[in-house]
Amino acid sequence: MTGPATLFDKVWTDHIVTAETADTPAVLYVDLHLIHEVTTPQAFALLQEKNLAVRRPDLTLATMDHSTPTTPVSSFKDLAIVGASAANQIVQMEKNCKSFGIELLGFDSDARGIVHIIGPELGATQPGKTIVCGDSHTSTHGAFGALAFGIGTTEVAHVLATQCLLQRKPRTLAINVDGRLPAGVGAKDLILAIIGQIGVNGGTGHVIEYRGDAIAAMEMEARMTVCNMSIEAGARAGMIAPDDTTFEYLRGRPRVPQGVEWDNALARWRELSSDDDAYFDKVASISADQLQPMVTFGTNPGMVIGINEPVPDGSGDPSFRKALEYMQVTPGKPLTDTAVDVVFVGSCTNSRLSDLQQAADILKGHRVADGVRMLVVPGSQSIKKAAEAIGLDRVFTEAGAEWRESGCSMCIGMNGDTVASGQLSVSTSNRNFQGRQGIGARTVLASPMTAAASAITGRVTDPRTFL
Amino acid sequence: MRAIKHMRGRTVVLATRDIDTDQIIPARFLTSTSREGFGKNLFHDLRFHADGTKNRDFPLNHADARGCKILVAGNNFGCGSSREHAPWALLDYGICAVISTEIADIFRNNSLKNGLLPIVVDEKTHAWLSGNPGVELAIDVTASTLTMPDGRVVRFPIDPFARFCLVEGIDELGFLQQHLARIENFEETRSWTP
Ligand code: SF4
Repeated sequence: MTGPATLFDKVWTDHIVTAETADTPAVLYVDLHLIHEVTTPQAFALLQEKNLAVRRPDLTLATMDHSTPTTPVSSFKDLAIVGASAANQIVQMEKNCKSFGIELLGFDSDARGIVHIIGPELGATQPGKTIVCGDSHTSTHGAFGALAFGIGTTEVAHVLATQCLLQRKPRTLAINVDGRLPAGVGAKDLILAIIGQIGVNGGTGHVIEYRGDAIAAMEMEARMTVCNMSIEAGARAGMIAPDDTTFEYLRGRPRVPQGVEWDNALARWRELSSDDDAYFDKVASISADQLQPMVTFGTNPGMVIGINEPVPDGSGDPSFRKALEYMQVTPGKPLTDTAVDVVFVGSCTNSRLSDLQQAADILKGHRVADGVRMLVVPGSQSIKKAAEAIGLDRVFTEAGAEWRESGCSMCIGMNGDTVASGQLSVSTSNRNFQGRQGIGARTVLASPMTAAASAITGRVTDPRTFL
Repeated sequence: MRAIKHMRGRTVVLATRDIDTDQIIPARFLTSTSREGFGKNLFHDLRFHADGTKNRDFPLNHADARGCKILVAGNNFGCGSSREHAPWALLDYGICAVISTEIADIFRNNSLKNGLLPIVVDEKTHAWLSGNPGVELAIDVTASTLTMPDGRVVRFPIDPFARFCLVEGIDELGFLQQHLARIENFEETRSWTP
């Protein structure tokens, strides 16, 4: 590559099979293809129709997370799938993986979990890789300096058949985050503030690179939370340059290179950062120092305020007014008075061990308020085990919360875990769309700390009052 | 894929902005393993009340919206998840084109791959279309133009390759497969292996 390059440019260039022209998109090679049960059956059907094999089953990894129940069971044989069609989807996934020779981390696997949780956990997610999945939160893996983005089902079929995708080169957006996050303010608050600042379409057509002191100071789990919600700003991918924090996280994980291969990989990974004078198409900046815990008040993640700030009035915008009506919130007042029915700690945004730990630290010695249902759903079976080993499950259950098996759960509500119509849920997930957590459900997105504090009081609550 | 060169149809207007894919097809309907049949649940929770009766206020339920093929929607249509079920549902319902001032990336890609036309127009054109539901428009894919009822011609951007595939009815997978030798060569010559 000539001239200074961004992190994105470097990974992009490294995977070009055929360069793009004015008339044709680039052919981009995919290093890791993650698949799950909801967005793949039609892709496998297409392969069968055309009598095609999966070109690189060894670069394909499958799990089941979206429509799988999270009810606690002693054996997965006992799991009752919710609904015949969800059960059929799961059977299909098992069949397809078997007949196409794809490794499936299924019900009986200790490594099963939400697809964006297990990739990093296993060390399959690595710096400099291209990673795709039929799921928009694939952006999560960008926290490792991978180029990772969500694709549709037709594209899933393309990757299965050829290990490649047709892509136009996206533009780049640098987001500089300087300063340090104050106590009680986490990665979730930062990304919500960023979305509030640049808007739910602020990243459309762009790959975001998050940079600056606050990002460098973050642990990997926090970086994943940030990259996870890039799509909520309209960007398909978010990236963070890998550094020693990244390498230490990966060292020794089951699927990273070992021995001399590890040293080679490390040398390659150390080159993966944007050159000093690399050009970005757009730049935005935010300071971490002044941030507060953030909560959403509307029906998209850009409708977000600091926890003590009043809900804005939207100056007559009809879409805005409709959102406030749906949420039953009043402009001019903060959300902190609002009664809470459900608290959900989970999803690929906030279900890692540090998220559970932060929620448990607030909850310890308190009880979930009367009339509030709190659901804690670890992102994977191994997070569940790790949390149990340090007693977090008991903190939750003793406080009156439910401790579940891993899965997408109430983030998407297609597995039996739903919020009832009209109920208000403080949720650590990533989408407050109308009906996302159940028909008529009202979702307030927040950090695990804010979720735990709100569970204790039964109202939307600033977690700093419990620090 | 069927070739699409021209299209003509009446509009139905959903003025709300940021309509996400969970509105287009709620997640609980995604457990099907087929591409067919999603139309009956298109915009389900907006089209129907909780008791299953039709929401008469929803534009798609208006009597004059019957048979409309072109959806005019608010800014940032199709944001949210990557579910291709969203364009499948729109097509299955009978919608052939979506017009907005901005269309989310993954939804746009998914639409093009299924022959649903994502059309981005300027704010003035959009404002007029939003204020005049039910008008008849002619779309010329080859020329990438929209002809308004008064004869005014509006150009819309479309990736030349996507247009080529639409107009010729070419399946992108077939095109990708022609690159197989290059793909093999890439795998053999790259400096590291995943
Ligand atoms: S946890 Fe939610 S956002 Fe993440 S993959 Fe599952 S359904 Fe999608």
